[in-house]
Amino acid sequence: MAIEVRIPTILRTYTDGAKQVEGAGSTLDELFTDLDGRHGGLRERLVDDKGLRRFVNVYLNDEDVRFLSGLDTPVKDVDTVTVLPAVAGGDR
Amino acid sequence: MLTITRELHDKIVAHARADHPDEACGVIAGPAGSDRPERFIAMDNAERSPTFYRFDSAEQFRVWREMDDNDEEPVVIYHSHTATEAYPSRTDISYASEPQAHYVLVSTRDDNETEFRSYRIVQGKVTEEPVTVVE
Repeated sequence: MAIEVRIPTILRTYTDGAKQVEGAGSTLDELFTDLDGRHGGLRERLVDDKGLRRFVNVYLNDEDVRFLSGLDTPVKDVDTVTVLPAVAGGDR
Repeated sequence: MLTITRELHDKIVAHARADHPDEACGVIAGPAGSDRPERFIAMDNAERSPTFYRFDSAEQFRVWREMDDNDEEPVVIYHSHTATEAYPSRTDISYASEPQAHYVLVSTRDDNETEFRSYRIVQGKVTEEPVTVVE
């Protein structure tokens, strides 16, 4: 059993082109650390020292984890985690 | 080069005008790999701001899943600038993360004329491209 993680195009350089990878952990934080062991560099694109990077949206099933507990959000084996690039901008 | 139908071009302009003075934003989906914008999706600007835009994350999740299910991708990602020129800002560039997408910017700063321009943004590098509107 594992947690399914969907990877956006921009980050597939870390997963040898795979759209979907699997990982383990009891929180999102642990899951990202686990993934980084096989897909080196991926964690740094998702997380900085303040938590989730503002350039990405991370969803547990269909909920934005920013509205759950961020990196401390509990995850379990039947869950799907989806990473999408945030689409945003401004005039400066 | 971006090739876009008159109908889709006009929908982007109409959305930008309707939301002015706030920034408007959205996507045109097309078959993956086709480079053909076909399905117009106006998105909510979660910031509701004249100087920033951000796709609502829940809406984006639904739309991206729909595209995935349909074997589509975001061929065009558009937004408006309401007081400045239609050129990607530093913030726009830092967020740009779909290398295959045409980033369309429109400016509604002039009441009568809407600037409509398209860019590729790859690893922080902006390249403007010609826009061909087909009837």
